[in-house]
Amino acid sequence: MKRALPFILLLAGTAAMYLLMPYNLAFATRILVMGIFVLSIDLVLGFAGIATLGQAAMYGAGAYAAALFAAHAWAEPVAGLAVGAAAGAVVALLSGLVLMRASGLTLIMLTIAVAALLAETANRARDLTGGADGLRVAFGPVLGLWEFDFIGQTGFCYAAAVGACVLGLLALVARSPFGLSLRGLQSSPARMAAIGAPVYPRRVAAYTLGGAIAGIAGALSAQVAGLVSLETFSFTLSAEALVMLILGGTGRLWGALLGTVLFMFAHHYAAAADPFNWLFAIGALVMVVVFVLPGGLLSLPGALKGGRHD
Amino acid sequence: MTEGLVVRGLSKRFGGLVVSDGLDFDLPPGARKALIGPNGAGKSTFANLVTGIHAPSSGSIRFDGADISDMDETARVRLGIAKTFQITTLFTGLTVRENLRLAVLERERRGFRLFCRADGDPEVEAEIAALMDQLALEPLADRVVERLAYGQQRLVELAMTLALKPRVLILDEPAAGVPGSETHLITDAIEALPADLAVLIIEHDMELVFRVARSIVVLVAGRILTEGTPAQIASDPQVRELYLGGAHG
Repeated sequence: MKRALPFILLLAGTAAMYLLMPYNLAFATRILVMGIFVLSIDLVLGFAGIATLGQAAMYGAGAYAAALFAAHAWAEPVAGLAVGAAAGAVVALLSGLVLMRASGLTLIMLTIAVAALLAETANRARDLTGGADGLRVAFGPVLGLWEFDFIGQTGFCYAAAVGACVLGLLALVARSPFGLSLRGLQSSPARMAAIGAPVYPRRVAAYTLGGAIAGIAGALSAQVAGLVSLETFSFTLSAEALVMLILGGTGRLWGALLGTVLFMFAHHYAAAADPFNWLFAIGALVMVVVFVLPGGLLSLPGALKGGRHD
Repeated sequence: MTEGLVVRGLSKRFGGLVVSDGLDFDLPPGARKALIGPNGAGKSTFANLVTGIHAPSSGSIRFDGADISDMDETARVRLGIAKTFQITTLFTGLTVRENLRLAVLERERRGFRLFCRADGDPEVEAEIAALMDQLALEPLADRVVERLAYGQQRLVELAMTLALKPRVLILDEPAAGVPGSETHLITDAIEALPADLAVLIIEHDMELVFRVARSIVVLVAGRILTEGTPAQIASDPQVRELYLGGAHG
């Protein structure tokens, strides 16, 4: 029962968003998309300890791949997700072969550089991507059954279903031997090598899997919005997603989701209250959480019980 | 004779500093050798050369007839050459049980498995339990390693390496920092190792060395000063000079 509790909360939360904000489903859908994206960073950074500020590279690749696939080949969204996942995985694999040799600050700079390179490439390839104007694409009905409607009901349910699949997949991975080995990599690469684990291939594999999931998030964002822009590659996106992860707590799947929800709502209401100074509210929130709960919001129950909880 | 580990003319230079200077060294199966010498003699460097953490500047390392000088650390561990770290190096955020589980799973080459539970194999779990039993770690099984006392961490360090079922075991100061009351756990564990396992122990604790080792190699300034049985080494005037006259008692 205790294990099922987070799932029940998540289901209730999703249902509540649907029922309480029927005219703001686009916002609720954005939360779901960001949740998937933050989960991808949690896998790479929270589990495997790979420092990154360029996860948007794979998000953008997934978004553009899904849009181009829909425009030129097949407009069915689920197939587009697969294409987005593949694009994210390929970008992560190819860049990861170089990046995973690096660590620390060098690695962070390189991840930023990869995202910037892709953004500039998409900007230059106007004929294909629409450049700075973005790429507007009409997607077909989901599985040929559900048409995207203008209030976003289909989009929301579709994003919720994809989110549940990704979360389920990552929950499996987290407790698998692979998941355990990622936590080992984060804790001590030297010890991993000393127990005969292939450190570099394992890091590349983790980065690639994280890239595939970021690609899914990107593809989903393109599909529910019907639009892809250069923003999908932006540094801001990577950085904000990282802040969400830190807010919630790294290395735990629920932390990624909790942080996303908190950040998105804080952003939403702070920006509505004061369109010019809303970043101040976000900054204050992050500072309070980081100072009071270094392990993120998910460490709150343990902190209340007294003594840190693992 | 079965070959085991054969080192010939092994040298390592860091810039102008020669840390290992033309070392010849054999470690056949079943050996119980100790490597002793003052600080800075190059003992840990030698261990790192054998395990592949450092690449040698010259010389060769062979294991069962195959040249392994160019192999990386992972490949050598997979051949069965494992070492404990002089400074405890564990997965500090994981529990004792999880640490051992990781080592066993990697030994079994299961680290890339995605769709089964890490703790789902009863055989693996039984092996972990047996290892913990051997080193009296059972009461600590579900404690996070970073909260253990240093001596307890040293035991986990040893258990991690034993979990790899090595054929050559290099123990880099296994008893350093272990309280006297727990040293016997380490000594007992070493004495209980399989008879055909080749063991090289680097240690300052002479009581432990003399109890465990059947042969002692003395390293000074990157060179082998002498090699012999514990009795020979104990009565060697050069060694006595080194240990009684030098910085170490």
